[in-house]
Amino acid sequence: MNVLETKQLTRRFGDLVAVDSISIQVQAGQMFGLLGSNGAGKTTAVKMLTTLLPPTSGTATVAGFDIGREAPKVRRSIGYVPQMISADGNLTGYENLLIFAKLYDIPRREREGRIRDSLALMDLQEAGGRMVHDYSGGMIRRLEIAQSMLHRPRVLFLDEPTIGLDPIARNAVWDRLRQLRDEFGTTIFLTTHAMEEADALCDVLAILHRGAVVIVGSPRELKAGLGMENATLDDVFVRYAGTALESGGSYRDVSRTRRTARRVG
Amino acid sequence: MSHAPAEPLDAWADAGVGRWLWAFVYKTYVVAEFEVRKLRHDPTELITRAVQPALWLLIFGEVFTRVRAIPTGGIPYLDFMAPGILAQSVLFVAIFSGIALIWERDLGIVHKLFVSPTPRAALVIGKALSAGVRSFSQVVIVYTLAVLLGVHMNWSPVALGGVIAAVIIGAACFATLSLIIASLVRTRERFMGIGQLLTMPLFFASNAIYPLAIMPPWLHAVARVNPLSYEVDALRALMIPAGQSAFGIGMDFLLLLVSTVVLVTIAARVYPRVVT
Repeated sequence: MNVLETKQLTRRFGDLVAVDSISIQVQAGQMFGLLGSNGAGKTTAVKMLTTLLPPTSGTATVAGFDIGREAPKVRRSIGYVPQMISADGNLTGYENLLIFAKLYDIPRREREGRIRDSLALMDLQEAGGRMVHDYSGGMIRRLEIAQSMLHRPRVLFLDEPTIGLDPIARNAVWDRLRQLRDEFGTTIFLTTHAMEEADALCDVLAILHRGAVVIVGSPRELKAGLGMENATLDDVFVRYAGTALESGGSYRDVSRTRRTARRVG
Repeated sequence: MSHAPAEPLDAWADAGVGRWLWAFVYKTYVVAEFEVRKLRHDPTELITRAVQPALWLLIFGEVFTRVRAIPTGGIPYLDFMAPGILAQSVLFVAIFSGIALIWERDLGIVHKLFVSPTPRAALVIGKALSAGVRSFSQVVIVYTLAVLLGVHMNWSPVALGGVIAAVIIGAACFATLSLIIASLVRTRERFMGIGQLLTMPLFFASNAIYPLAIMPPWLHAVARVNPLSYEVDALRALMIPAGQSAFGIGMDFLLLLVSTVVLVTIAARVYPRVVT
């Protein structure tokens, strides 16, 4: 069953075609990775799927609801972890969870239990009462995932979930994501430009180049398709998305990515 | 754990008006609640905000009360001015409150709120009301200073309630204006520029420190469309026993509320653009 489907989804900003007619399907329970260099259109695609940005043309359904006409229902069915820090540093970890428990109408009697479970699942029990501005980058990411999972969404969107994390923190995030999929059957839609991450986590990958999907397949299929011995995803990426030198994103993308990396790291 | 499909609780867009309204009020409260929690964690802002009204009352007020150049309708100038300074300090708190939105946008905090099933207008009003709560401290500060300077205050509970209401609505009004500006300009530098550009005209083209009667006609016309004039007018009638309202307190509140509703409507439309 497809839990997410796009048809010729397109977004322009003036003359720039940020997302160019993408048509993809994601099955329930899959970990789907949207791969691309900075500025390839990953974040724009996620913003459309999470109802933050209306498409210029084309359609998409998430959890069976149209992202335009049925945006409120889409919002109830999804969780979203933006690329930039989205936990509030001026609140405690517990309060960060409490606000979303309330905004998502989790019944009062279930709230405390859900929050406790989420903190435990993300290994943050001890830190719940501390201010988030004292958290490490890995803890912030895990808290953000906990926030976005409180209402048990069917689809969880993560934009560059491990950007700026050291390998230990990154592995912890990967383990938690696998656990969410296994325990709750959550479909996970993530964007990344880290091939290692795509290889380790994703069942299916779509490579985005200048806004268009250039190939879709499992990591194994993509590597086998090159017809090289010991091909890696890096080879796949270079084949389909060209060398990284010609892309690299705008000044704003780069400054934002670096800032995020600095804050998280 | 299973995934319940959209159950009745979810579909409040489809639910009755009463239920929708309740959800709206509740979400507004939640947004404001967490702004207040942030303030509780770090209240330094409230203390630094005390400096400006103190300077106005102690220096400007003390000097002009000796000049006796401004017709105040027979009340001491400090008494006349104290409500104006309260309105001014509330204006300053509110008009710069939108900068927090730009911080939250540069992070991803606003994005996540917009993806949650929270009505846009509830996000706007919740933020605006939190500026009202911040302004409470200004009430305490201005009242304290005014008493120390010998201003006669009206301590009736009804009057005090009216002052608090006027402060909250006034703060919400200008905080919403601030949110609109922040949503449109998107950078701190431009926001600060426009904020500076607005505060002085809003303050001087009002009845905060002199009556409208002494203004040239063009300035008088500007002051009459400035919501701050109505906030000051209500505060002047409520805060000091000798104070009189020029427009009628009911009219003051009505116009403040109408301005706020218009601004909230605009803000709910432009606010989501901040994340695109």
